[in-house]
Amino acid sequence: MEQIILFAPLIGAIIAGFGWRIIGDAGAQWVTTGLLFLAAALSWVVFLGHDGVTTKVHILDWIQSELLDTAWSIRLDRLTAIMLVVITSVSALVHLYSMGYMAHDENFSENESYRPRFFAYLSFFTFTMLMLVTADNLLQLFFGWEGVGLASYLLIGFYFRKPSANAAAIKAFVVNRVGDAGFLLGIFAIFYLTESIMFDDIFEAAPMLADMTLTFLWADWNAANLIAFLLFVGAMGKSAQLFLHTWLPDAMEGPTPVSALIHAATMVTAGVFLICRMSPVMEFAPETMAFVTFLGATTAFVAATIGLVQNDIKRVIAYSTMSQLGYMFVAAGVGVYSVAMFHLFTHAFFKAMLFLGAGSVIHGMHHEQDMRNYGGLRKKMPYTFWAMLIGTLAITGVGVPSVFFTFGGVPLGFAGFLSKDAVIESAYAAATGGYAFWMLVIAALFTSFYSWRLMFLTFFGKPRGDKHTHEHAHESPAVMLVPLGALAVGSVLAGMVWFNSFFGHTDTVAKFFGVPYAEASEHGEDHSSDAAEDHSAEGTDHGTKEGKEKKPHYVFTGEPGEGAIYTGPENTVLNDAHYVPKWVKLSPFVDMILGLLVAMWFYIWNPSLPRRVAETNKPLYLFLLNKWYFDEIYDVIFVRPAMFLGRFLWKRGDGNVIDGGINGLALGIVPFFVRVAGRAQSGYIFTYAFAMVIGIVVLVTWITFTGGAN
Amino acid sequence: MIGIEHYLTVAAALFVIGIFGLFLNRKNVIILLMSIELMLLAVNINLVAFSSFSGDLVGQVFTLLVLTVAAAEAAIGLAILVCFFRNRGTIAVEDVNVMKG
Repeated sequence: MEQIILFAPLIGAIIAGFGWRIIGDAGAQWVTTGLLFLAAALSWVVFLGHDGVTTKVHILDWIQSELLDTAWSIRLDRLTAIMLVVITSVSALVHLYSMGYMAHDENFSENESYRPRFFAYLSFFTFTMLMLVTADNLLQLFFGWEGVGLASYLLIGFYFRKPSANAAAIKAFVVNRVGDAGFLLGIFAIFYLTESIMFDDIFEAAPMLADMTLTFLWADWNAANLIAFLLFVGAMGKSAQLFLHTWLPDAMEGPTPVSALIHAATMVTAGVFLICRMSPVMEFAPETMAFVTFLGATTAFVAATIGLVQNDIKRVIAYSTMSQLGYMFVAAGVGVYSVAMFHLFTHAFFKAMLFLGAGSVIHGMHHEQDMRNYGGLRKKMPYTFWAMLIGTLAITGVGVPSVFFTFGGVPLGFAGFLSKDAVIESAYAAATGGYAFWMLVIAALFTSFYSWRLMFLTFFGKPRGDKHTHEHAHESPAVMLVPLGALAVGSVLAGMVWFNSFFGHTDTVAKFFGVPYAEASEHGEDHSSDAAEDHSAEGTDHGTKEGKEKKPHYVFTGEPGEGAIYTGPENTVLNDAHYVPKWVKLSPFVDMILGLLVAMWFYIWNPSLPRRVAETNKPLYLFLLNKWYFDEIYDVIFVRPAMFLGRFLWKRGDGNVIDGGINGLALGIVPFFVRVAGRAQSGYIFTYAFAMVIGIVVLVTWITFTGGAN
Repeated sequence: MIGIEHYLTVAAALFVIGIFGLFLNRKNVIILLMSIELMLLAVNINLVAFSSFSGDLVGQVFTLLVLTVAAAEAAIGLAILVCFFRNRGTIAVEDVNVMKG
């Protein structure tokens, strides 16, 4: 069954990509979409039937050379099962959606056959992404990692006649290579130290790595920290974390379904997945984890600030994606991998939906993407409006805080509400406040503001911009609305249904992820037994100090490699997160309300206000509008020197030295000697005879003086 | 008493005269051919002298061979010369520099 999930998209890609002349445009679309739905259905069967025990399915042997063994097999544990569901479900829905979205495209002429190519790329992407998440060794994972990079490149540059799309595709590829260099170095370091790239061996050796040092560049480093850091560099590139994020907003040049599938729901989460997959190594690298937390929090904040002022509807969502990825990294960084996966899981649903909703709006508005030209579309596109509203409710975190009411331990709320709160509470619990927590809280406020801003600008108010476009604005066809509906269900329910599995008490999470756990009895406090009753209700009257004093009543006891994730024995963040003070639990909710009110004030009650605010704070506004000038800074630091170096090597190195050298040799030095030698060729026999005689005389003289053969 | 050194001296003298005839002559190609004959004869004298001196007949046999080759060479050389004269109308050595590089 796992093989079918894995290879169905590949077969679809091959059939659509190479066989579309035979089966036709429509055939290619239906084949790929059908196979994806099959894979999605089987993925849900696998996910729901999974018992947390790691199983392996061997596929084929590849390179076997001494210690290096790169057998291809499927490693099926809880992490893989979650990713399977996310990838295949979103991908299947995006395939279906694309049938409507890509039906007409002004970038291609009427009789050009671009749709099979698009669907083949989509399916190929799905296959490589599945390869990534089912990998059993780092090389296989790297294969998928590069495969999704390739698919991403192909799809960003799908409108190959647009120079901007090509530039964006190249940018995405190049920036990702920077991260991949780190990732590869990490794999090399792991192989060098553990003599294996199989996950099982690496996990087993992880505690040992913490005591090793490794010389890298100019200094000796702790091996676990160094490896974790190098792997994280790879994750930074793929997941668009700060400093390697500049490609993600530009990637919006691709068709919108691509943005939804690759640049929101699946590929960009590969970095988070990698960190969670390598949790046994990460747990032994506290300094790197602190860095992951720091960078994730900073990314969440920076991306949210940029998202506040962007005008392109897709760019707003792109920065929102980047910000949410920061949340996931914070969760992974503080050691609650299950919460990182939780946010990944829920985020995939609502972000895919927001993108597909945005695509629906763009489709209906004839490829207008500037939100300043939208407005009042609520009536024209009722279904899209409701879908986007649900997505916005999910991402801004609408729900009933657990402080007030829980339903059997599960707070009521949209998917994003539960997972985002889980991240924020974990961030607080890990450091009792601290940088990450405050950054995330502020980012949550901004998230609420820009998400509602998007809604209000698009669907409320008066129609702005081109009148003609607004008159022809229309609701999308059913084939595009059905995926929106399906994702809406996920956005509403995904959080509540799996809340306990991802962010419940230690024992339920441990059960879900197949990690051994035990009652924490070594502290000998009977406090733990009565605390076992109901924390969410009781947790309300614990202050900060009391919460910290409480001992976890269950702890993870797995060795590294047992179960899908590994959490160190000292890591009790998951448990502590349930006992954070009341105001911490309330803060995301307050953020959401505050952001909503400000957005309403700015864009509904007083629409002239944003312009005035922007003018009074012009430098700040421009700073944010220009994305913190990251592109400009990189242009000066990297692009221009690289261009200069390239130009120098081209003009001076290649042109002057190499070409000049050859030309000088062929046109200067050789003819000079030719002229010298030509002068000896007088053509007169007596000259040659004289030369011969002189030669013989010299030879004989020399032989005579040196004694000949003796 | 005439010893081998006398023969060798005469042969060397003839050889050097042949050489100088070869590259001091600027006028006539026939003189070139004659110079070559002179050098070959000098060699022959050497061969005969050494043959007689060391009592080995092979040297004298070889001399006969050289004489034969010299005769053939002279015949071919003169034939080429005739051809050359018909084509160029001159046999002056100074005018023969088609090979000039």
